[in-house]
Amino acid sequence: MVQEKLLALKDEVSVKVTQISELDELRNLKVHYLGKKGELTALLRGMGQLPSEMKPVIGSLANEVRQHLQTIIEDKEHQLEQSALQSALEKETIDVTLPGYPCSIGSLHPITLVLQEIEDIFKGMGFQVAEGPEVELDYYNFEALNIPAEHPARDEQDSFYIRPDTLLRTHTSSMQLRTLEQRAPQVPLRIIGPGKVYRRDVDDATHSHQFTQVEALVVDRDVSMKELKGTLLEFLERIFGAKFETRFRPSFFPFTEPSMEVDILHPKRGWLEILGSGMVHPAILERVGYDSEEFTGFAVGMGAERIAMIKYDIEDIRHFYRNDLNFLKQFVAG
Amino acid sequence: MLVSYEWLSEYVNIEGIAPEEIASALTCSGIEASIKREATSLAGIVVGQILSAKKHPSADRLNLCVVNVGADEPLEIVCGASNVAPSVKVAVATLGTTMPGGLKIKKAKLRGVESCGMICSEAELGLTGFASNASEGILLLDHSAQIGSNVSDYFGLTDTVIELELTANRTDCLSLIGIAYEVAAIFDREVKIPIAPPACIVDKAKRVEFTDKCLAYAVQKISKLNIEPSPRWMQNRLTAMGIRPINNVVDVTNYVMLETGQPLHAFDYSKININTLEVREAIAQERIVTLDGVERACPKGAILIADSAQPLAVAGVMGGLNSAVTEETTTILLEAGLFHPAQVRRTSRQLGLRSESSSRFEKGLNGEVLPYALARAASLYKELSPTSVADAVRVFKAYAAPKKILTLRNQRVQKIMGVRLSDDEVIDIFRRLRFGIEQAKEGTYAVEVPNRRPDISLEVDLIEEIARLYGYSRIPSQMLTGTQPVGMYTKEQKWLREIRAALRYLGMNETLTYTLTSQDEKRLTRYPKSQPINISLPMSNEYAVLRTTLLPSLLEVARYNVRRGQTDLALFEMSTLYLEHATAEPLPQEVRELAGLIAAREATLWSAELPQPQPFYLLKGILEALFSRLGLTGVRFQKHEPAADWHPGRTAQITLGEKSLGLVGELHPALAKEYSLPATALFHVDLGLLLASIPERVNYTKVSKYPKVTRDIALVVDKKIPAGDLEEGIYRSAGELLEKATLFDVYWGAQIDADKKGVAYALNYRAHDRTLTDDEVDIANNKVIEYLRKQFGAALRS
Repeated sequence: MVQEKLLALKDEVSVKVTQISELDELRNLKVHYLGKKGELTALLRGMGQLPSEMKPVIGSLANEVRQHLQTIIEDKEHQLEQSALQSALEKETIDVTLPGYPCSIGSLHPITLVLQEIEDIFKGMGFQVAEGPEVELDYYNFEALNIPAEHPARDEQDSFYIRPDTLLRTHTSSMQLRTLEQRAPQVPLRIIGPGKVYRRDVDDATHSHQFTQVEALVVDRDVSMKELKGTLLEFLERIFGAKFETRFRPSFFPFTEPSMEVDILHPKRGWLEILGSGMVHPAILERVGYDSEEFTGFAVGMGAERIAMIKYDIEDIRHFYRNDLNFLKQFVAG
Repeated sequence: MLVSYEWLSEYVNIEGIAPEEIASALTCSGIEASIKREATSLAGIVVGQILSAKKHPSADRLNLCVVNVGADEPLEIVCGASNVAPSVKVAVATLGTTMPGGLKIKKAKLRGVESCGMICSEAELGLTGFASNASEGILLLDHSAQIGSNVSDYFGLTDTVIELELTANRTDCLSLIGIAYEVAAIFDREVKIPIAPPACIVDKAKRVEFTDKCLAYAVQKISKLNIEPSPRWMQNRLTAMGIRPINNVVDVTNYVMLETGQPLHAFDYSKININTLEVREAIAQERIVTLDGVERACPKGAILIADSAQPLAVAGVMGGLNSAVTEETTTILLEAGLFHPAQVRRTSRQLGLRSESSSRFEKGLNGEVLPYALARAASLYKELSPTSVADAVRVFKAYAAPKKILTLRNQRVQKIMGVRLSDDEVIDIFRRLRFGIEQAKEGTYAVEVPNRRPDISLEVDLIEEIARLYGYSRIPSQMLTGTQPVGMYTKEQKWLREIRAALRYLGMNETLTYTLTSQDEKRLTRYPKSQPINISLPMSNEYAVLRTTLLPSLLEVARYNVRRGQTDLALFEMSTLYLEHATAEPLPQEVRELAGLIAAREATLWSAELPQPQPFYLLKGILEALFSRLGLTGVRFQKHEPAADWHPGRTAQITLGEKSLGLVGELHPALAKEYSLPATALFHVDLGLLLASIPERVNYTKVSKYPKVTRDIALVVDKKIPAGDLEEGIYRSAGELLEKATLFDVYWGAQIDADKKGVAYALNYRAHDRTLTDDEVDIANNKVIEYLRKQFGAALRS
């Protein structure tokens, strides 16, 4: 009798489980049949009255039924959970093609980018970065650089003076003397000095009354034009990321002797002058307290705008100072 | 400096060396050179003589010309120009010629008459500026032009013109002879000087001492001259080198100047008194009418050529009209002087007069050539005007040529160049340069520098000569050797990069604006008491002062971009400001500022659920992120007293301890309107102070392994109480168990009195050594509530 009842219960529950479609219903069903006060428990409560030889048989059958029912309920539960999750996920679907929350990345000015790159390259060659005042004494800007009064470069048309002896520096070479004064007679000295410079030019596509230069300065025991060339070649290759054909030409700067200009062969624009340089004039070394017989050095001056214009193919120097966002934002990736 | 290749070949043997080769070699040895004018042949265009010209039978404005071009038969050519006349010589494009403009000359019928060629104008030949008799209509050639010869020969167009960009030190190359020496040195060729140095009479007559500003002075009298146009060859050479031919007297002075570098001046001998001739400084109120017909006051210190009667010329700048050569002149006094370069420069500037000669004198010339230049001019006059008679060169003030002998050491050459040269190599370079050189002992030389090279005065200058002739390209390259210093940035330099990077990653775009601004741009400054420093002679009002504030420049950038339809402006700049020192310091004070703005935020978010930040809070958030990046703790934003140009209700002072770091706020709507900007948030910060405030290192505190306990408190307070004050009160009263207080709600409106607001904070409590009990937390939390109640009248919201 008990046997039949057990089997009937098994069939009844199995059918019911297949018909259920809600999780809650399934859970109620589980309690109703398998819970502490459920039907299966109630049925087994009558086992005490059975003959003792029947007890193990019925016991094992009952376990079998319980196991079976537990398994199908669990399976069903899992199945229902899955489909509930599925429909929940479907409801949560969003349009992944809508734009993301705007977390914009800004940009550094291309002159900053170029300056940082120049600094990094020279740093890699053992240089440190020095700074000097932008408003400078005539002495440091001209006189101490072998540009005496009445030299053509001192024309009032060329410089912005604020007092007869004070002007906006016309080149970063003005930091040469200041640095040397501070460091002499220390060697090795490897310094670069980036900064703004000012000349009395009318702004047009290739002229700007304000622009940016970088000065490099080396003083040591064994520095010759050979090392100057080596340093410049290394620099140029790294800053342009490609090997341009280069041309080294004699030139004239009052504060270097011999002086040297460097051109690169631009694929579209032919030979372009890229920087000026030379061996530090012995008078300058002596002026700050280096024995020019023992120590030599070289100095390099370059325009950051010019390098940026070549590097990024920018056609007009005024772009740098107009700050059009259509221009600036192109350097987000810079 | 323009150089005629053909003319240059008179002074140096350049046979077999093409102009391009010369230009490139000059460039590589220190004088940038390029081809200015290529040789052209004008094939098919020949000199013709008009035999007859009559009106075209059926067109009044056309002429029917019969032209002899040296062929068997004269040509009949129809011409529209009005200046055709029998016997004039013209340029004729014969049939089959292709004109410089591309036009092909073919037999054509003009109003029924056949035309066999074209009589050309200057423009048709592409020769504008070439002919001295330039006029309307066709080009008229000199009578000397040879019929049938090619017009390009006539104009010297087969010549190539090279342009040199001379550096300031190479005054020697302001002359063809100087360039010839340079070319000769490069190619190891011979130099040819047209005449030998003349014998001179040193004038010992007692005369007034010349001013010291006259370094040398010589004259030469030339009589029986006929003033007429120079021959074609001379005109062509002058034209090629950029000088307009005038007449034989003037042309010869220019010719000699181009050859020798020495400017010459010709006085009409009859209008001056040579016996009282002197060179002196201008005296007060002295006036002179210069060649251009303008009466000028001679500046103080100007050097004048004068006789006892009157000033005759402003030395080195311009001659006087009173002694000028005219059509009637037959006798001239040629002058060659050497004047103090700086004085010539000053005078020419003061008079606003710059001439070919002043620009030469101010660079400094070689006084040695004076007698040669005069004698050379005399020889040319003789050639052009065979009847002319030249007296001897008279030297009034002799040039004291300094003898420059420099010691050169081979070991020094190596030290500078990095290349070891043999004695022979060194000696050979100076032989090519025509410098005197003697080997004193092994590796040491005595080098005599010729006077034409005033730029060379030191051993190192000689080394440059060696290097440039050796060739910079041949010097090997090598990395720096010896003790390798460590390349590094200072802390400040690193932080400057970090600040830029942080702002950039927070969405800001860096700008670069001009230091010089207009006088008006002193608004929004941190230094209202500082008057901007003026530029002495500003180019324009736009760039008249050194700025004392960055924000107006940024607002200009914003205006520019908004006008061009840009939205979402987020700009920053780090730059220097310039302040006048209170005390007499030699240089102005340079202070650094960091400034930025956010404007024209576009509501680009597509859903109302996404928050739309206000510019002020957005910018404040960016600054807070920046300060946290820099490790700055204790930065406070406090309501700022209304300041000009800032929104009175939306501006905060940023403080760090007792110091004011800067301001962040909204632009005053009135100013925003002036700049045509929508609501704009902006800030400025003392960058120097910011950098100085960055802690040395990260301040690590041990991470607690015990759990936090969170208590939320919701309060109702007076609307005017700043949230920042409440937050400070929380930290002050909670004790050390409070880890963090976070504002999570601010509310006003329904359910709350109109003058009140609701605020809610989440307070996190945590200890480092234990799990907190509820009692402990309650005690701390009640302290906070009690304090806020007492201090701010805050009531717990039920």
